[in-house]
Amino acid sequence: MDEQQAKTEDIIKKENLVFDKTKLLTDKAFHYCPGCGHGVVHRLLMEVIEELDIQEKTIGIAPVGCSVLAYHYMDIDMQEAAHGRAPALATGIKRTLPEKYVFTYQGDGDLAAIGTAETIHSCNRGENITIIFINNGIYGMTGGQMAPTTLENMKSSTTPYGRNVKQMGNPLKITELVAQLPGTCFVTRQAVHKPAYVRKTKKAIKKAFKYQKQEMGLSFIEIVSNCNSGWKMTPNDANKWLENNMLPFYPLGDLKTPEKK
Amino acid sequence: MAKVTGRIVVDTEQCKGCGVCIPVCPFDVIELAKEFNSKGFHYAYMKNPEACTGCMNCALVCPDAVIKVYRKKVRV
Amino acid sequence: MGELRLMKGNEAIAEAAIRSGADGYFGYPITPQSEVIEHLAAQKPEERTGMTLLQAESEIAAINMVYGAAGCGKKVMTSSSSPGISLKQEGITYIAGAELPCLILNVVRGGPGLGTIQPSQSDYFQSVKGGGHGDYHLIVLAPSSVQEMYDFVELGFDLAFKYRNPTMILSDGAIGQMMEKVEIGEQKPRLTEEQIKEKYPWATTGKTKDREKNVITSLELEPEKMEQFNRKLIEKYRKIEENEVRYEEIQCEDAEYLMVAYGTSARICQKSVQIARNEGLKVGLLRPITLFPFPRKRINELADQVKGMLSVEMSSGQMVEDVRLAVNGKVPVEYYGRMGGIVPSTEEALKDLKQKIIGGK
Ligand SMILES: Cc1ncc(C[n+]2csc(CCOP(=O)(O)OP(=O)(O)O)c2C)c(N)n1
Ligand code: SF4
Ligand code: SF4
Repeated sequence: MDEQQAKTEDIIKKENLVFDKTKLLTDKAFHYCPGCGHGVVHRLLMEVIEELDIQEKTIGIAPVGCSVLAYHYMDIDMQEAAHGRAPALATGIKRTLPEKYVFTYQGDGDLAAIGTAETIHSCNRGENITIIFINNGIYGMTGGQMAPTTLENMKSSTTPYGRNVKQMGNPLKITELVAQLPGTCFVTRQAVHKPAYVRKTKKAIKKAFKYQKQEMGLSFIEIVSNCNSGWKMTPNDANKWLENNMLPFYPLGDLKTPEKK
Repeated sequence: MAKVTGRIVVDTEQCKGCGVCIPVCPFDVIELAKEFNSKGFHYAYMKNPEACTGCMNCALVCPDAVIKVYRKKVRV
Repeated sequence: MGELRLMKGNEAIAEAAIRSGADGYFGYPITPQSEVIEHLAAQKPEERTGMTLLQAESEIAAINMVYGAAGCGKKVMTSSSSPGISLKQEGITYIAGAELPCLILNVVRGGPGLGTIQPSQSDYFQSVKGGGHGDYHLIVLAPSSVQEMYDFVELGFDLAFKYRNPTMILSDGAIGQMMEKVEIGEQKPRLTEEQIKEKYPWATTGKTKDREKNVITSLELEPEKMEQFNRKLIEKYRKIEENEVRYEEIQCEDAEYLMVAYGTSARICQKSVQIARNEGLKVGLLRPITLFPFPRKRINELADQVKGMLSVEMSSGQMVEDVRLAVNGKVPVEYYGRMGGIVPSTEEALKDLKQKIIGGK
């Protein structure tokens, strides 16, 4: 036991530190439910901004949804938008401050229901911004109601017997939709519940900011995520469910890259 | 033979005990403690520290960014 | 004296925006104000001053583009007419809640609903009482000439930045479409990024090492803090009422009867006053220029002098309520108005004054 203790002390030293929370996340603890993917994506965004050294040049837009308080955690200048309007704010900012990096962070209700027009038209105009789209298939903040992305037969508080697509319409693959618009340069779907996915998501975010600098148009990153509270599952069960149910319908990978349109 | 060994340090007060770090660990290092932290969560700890390689899998998926990872080359 | 030009009210707004050094305009076409964005587009503001111009996908998007840019300390505006202003209300209340400066022009047409494309003053309540949800006020300027359309752009921006509050220019289809001579001002330079950072330290211009991050938001979840913020807004509106009331008095010194009217209605009443004076009737006109803050005090003082008042409006009687509040029962206050895009005539207005105030006991 003592031997092990000594060894541990030997390893836990500053020079051996290989992973730590980025300085661009504030000390405030996330208010998210245990296991929620929002936290991972917040961290990746801030890691990318730190690594690209663009804190002074970045303005983020928080949505209305569980991540409404994103500005408490991200140590950058931020604006809080009305529900669904983040891409309009981003447009106003980027058009008057074209040298800055501008991103929106939005849930599926925010981006693909109430804000559909703002989403489609900012994509179509090819605003030089980055949209981070968290698809958890549900309205987390308001207590688990159906979202535009809720799967067929999936239960939510407003579809207690499962989403009947005849009555409620089909789940909306808005990412496929915006990939067809000439204004988007990079459209990809990622996830964050497994280490390999996390690495890929981070790469995608980094690329998006680089394309923004090169004024190539709008980068759209969907992240298929969980909402264990809304789905009424434990975090690990939710991640398994995500893998088995969300990913077949929302397959991961690049839908559009500047190299391969 | 050179081998890498690692350790994680969990901020037990900020850990929410979600447990998503557990299945992603290839060496079954992590477990939730029986004890609670002051917020009422069973926090994560290393039940099997010797097996840790510092691969960072747990830290990558930790939604609350409460895991620090250390890694060192050792001779066996 | 500056350069004189014959211009439509809506064109005057557009020209004034460029010359005031505005950074951006975001709008969506609607009659009777589409000339604002059309005139801007023809003027190539990007080339003239670097001002941004964008036709948005909706009024909702346009006002939220204004929100974003205003949050960065930019001098930005939008314009619309009544149905479009209804859509903008969401954005306007967020802008008021986030305490951002901006300019909104409403070239009012009659309603409710799609209503008519003819001029009206039926958005008075919406403009001066808030308009969207929550406890807030806009600063509301009511031009009655094309010259004032021009001048109020700069005045509106100045007040908006002074108080970090959205300003509305409440015009109507008649003034928007009317042509008059306008004295044009000098071209003002747009602020540089450094000047913005210095003047508006709250703006989201990118967090630098020497300051805390800036956050633009209207969200406050703690009841005590929210109430504190509401009180702060009340205090701001009180200051605005103390310092920014503007009105014009026409033959009020010896008036025994008072007409109260703004915008197009005031132009009509000005003539009614002349006719009345020719007939030996001591009629005066008070024309509020700021509708919020409303010239309450002055109207209350005049209530000690005159025997009665008539509020003349192109609506079903909205401002009359504020006149009555100001008069507080001291003298009778009546309303005369036309709707549907009909502008009241000088004679009608005077006849009504005679019937309801002068003759009526
Ligand atoms: C205009 C308006 N309508 C409705 C709401 C209530 N509301 C808040 S968040 C939300 C849905 C959020 O869901 P989503 O965007 O998927 O984000 P999540 O909470 O799942 O992260 C709704 C309907 C609101 N705040 N504003
Ligand atoms: S409700 Fe869902 S989306 Fe919101 S924090 Fe909890 S798990 Fe995350
Ligand atoms: S993933 Fe993070 S928050 Fe969740 S149990 Fe592990 S250490 Fe705690």
